[in-house]
Amino acid sequence: MMETNLKIKTQQLAIALRNRALKMALDSGSNGAHLGGGLSAIEIFATLYGAVMKYNSAKPDDKERDRLIVSKGHCVLAYYTALNSFGFLSDDELLLFEQNGSFLHGHATRDISKGIEFSGGSLGMGVPYAVGVAIAGKRARLNHHVYVIVGDGECNEGSVWEALMSASHFKLDNITLIIDDNKLQYDGESKDVLNVGSLASKLDAFGFKTQSVDGHNVEALYNAFAQKAIGKPNAIVANTVKGKGVSFMEYRKEWHHSRLTPEQFQLAMAEQPTLILKSDD
Amino acid sequence: MIEFTSINFRTWAKLGQRGAFFGVAVFDIAEQYPKLMIVTADLGFLSGLERFMNQHPQKFVNVGIAEQNMIGVSAGLADEGHIVFATTYATFITMRSCEQVRHYLGYMQSNVKIVGSGAGLVMGFSGNTHYTIEDLSMVRAIPNITILSPADATESVKIALAAANHNGPVYVRLTGELNNPMVYKEDYPFEIGKAVVLRPLGNVTVFATGSMVYNAIKAAEILEAKGILVRVVNIHTIKPIDEAAIMESTQISKLLVSVEEHSKIGGLGAVVAECITQFGVAVPLLRLGIDDAFKHCGNYKYNLEQNGLLPEQLASAIENRYIAL
Repeated sequence: MMETNLKIKTQQLAIALRNRALKMALDSGSNGAHLGGGLSAIEIFATLYGAVMKYNSAKPDDKERDRLIVSKGHCVLAYYTALNSFGFLSDDELLLFEQNGSFLHGHATRDISKGIEFSGGSLGMGVPYAVGVAIAGKRARLNHHVYVIVGDGECNEGSVWEALMSASHFKLDNITLIIDDNKLQYDGESKDVLNVGSLASKLDAFGFKTQSVDGHNVEALYNAFAQKAIGKPNAIVANTVKGKGVSFMEYRKEWHHSRLTPEQFQLAMAEQPTLILKSDD
Repeated sequence: MIEFTSINFRTWAKLGQRGAFFGVAVFDIAEQYPKLMIVTADLGFLSGLERFMNQHPQKFVNVGIAEQNMIGVSAGLADEGHIVFATTYATFITMRSCEQVRHYLGYMQSNVKIVGSGAGLVMGFSGNTHYTIEDLSMVRAIPNITILSPADATESVKIALAAANHNGPVYVRLTGELNNPMVYKEDYPFEIGKAVVLRPLGNVTVFATGSMVYNAIKAAEILEAKGILVRVVNIHTIKPIDEAAIMESTQISKLLVSVEEHSKIGGLGAVVAECITQFGVAVPLLRLGIDDAFKHCGNYKYNLEQNGLLPEQLASAIENRYIAL
């Protein structure tokens, strides 16, 4: 179970990440940013970095670090802000987001010194890679865990399922797949674009220990991460809301990638909770 | 440690380029590099990897018939410090997983060596799905990938060792059959990016790669008997191309010829054309290769003949062009 202090700390972290993400989107100006799928993943990143993953930003290439493969590479608003909160990216570096010639692209690019394991952008690429990393970990008897984040729309890609089959075949219990199931993709609701039915039952059938949780509840996420299978890979279907936390973005495909005006930014910020949650002690 | 002796060259020739690569060279690589890993997509036995699988099960991964996944898994292994050789038929490794090759090898520069076997027309009655005629054109447009194409089984062994030693992504294109004709009867120095001049003098220079190097030599012998002296240069490295070797040829010869078991579009012929236009020298270039068509299939020799790639046909095409100069 998640200790209350950790839970509150993680909730506070999520609030901070969302605030920072909105500021990043504002700063990106007319370039715009992937708001919808970034905001849906905030609690997933907050829980992983704040409570679950093993890493050391002072030693980003530590062999025993947990690996986070961000396959839905467009969720950088959640990713970069988390890296910033835990010392991988400085405040100044965060300001380089989507600036000409900077290393902080609209899709994260592999740079171990910055804690970025994988180059995202093209969907369906992260899970095969994560399987390779997990096989390497098993064969070297390393004690690390591989987390890989995909979108529900991304699961349209056949390469995802090829990789899931192999994760199960090689009994990679050192891998956890997280689906940010925000139920929207470019052209509309996922079930209308390509109805894949129940992702959870498909993952079950593919040999995963599968849990479905509220992807905005850090305690539920934490508990799901804590229950790892032995001898088979793990999957968490995180039920999320695209554009979570901003009323005029939630459930709206128009906010997949968009620019945020200063007026909209003010409206969005006015809806954010303040960081005054109290801990027990 | 592998010995480059004439006896071994003859033995390897019987195994063909693929057999020499996966039945011989990989054991030497496994000794030299403890982090070797070989990945395949259900082509372990066919690639001649049975002995390797048995001896090194921990260095072998079979992902099933899933080439896209194979390249991704290979990249993950490579970025964890392994030297990875991934292999299946050339057509599938370069085309089914083309974007994976671009993403992991080109963009991320993962240290993966993809080895495509059966390139060109050698797959015979399996037909066009199994032929590989577009791969050079596609892969060489992707940044950061070295492209190697051995002329015979001996060079296949040399290329395997060189690829393992090369820090970065590589595409190895294997051509020809078992009983690969021998281009090299004695040992020679091999260096990535450095073309090998096999016949040094002539008014005509033939640049050849892969299986066509042997046919080019045979064509040169036919032409020599007719009084036309032909140089033959083995372009075993398609990328980075040996520009100096091409430049030198423009100064020696009046006619340049490219010969490849690849489409005339985008392969070796295109590389040579790009070089000479860049140099600004006006030397005619005769590009010989596979026609821009999916033809009815036949056995290997039939397929080569349909595209004018047998030695007598090459000689005739070169002679006609040379006389018309």
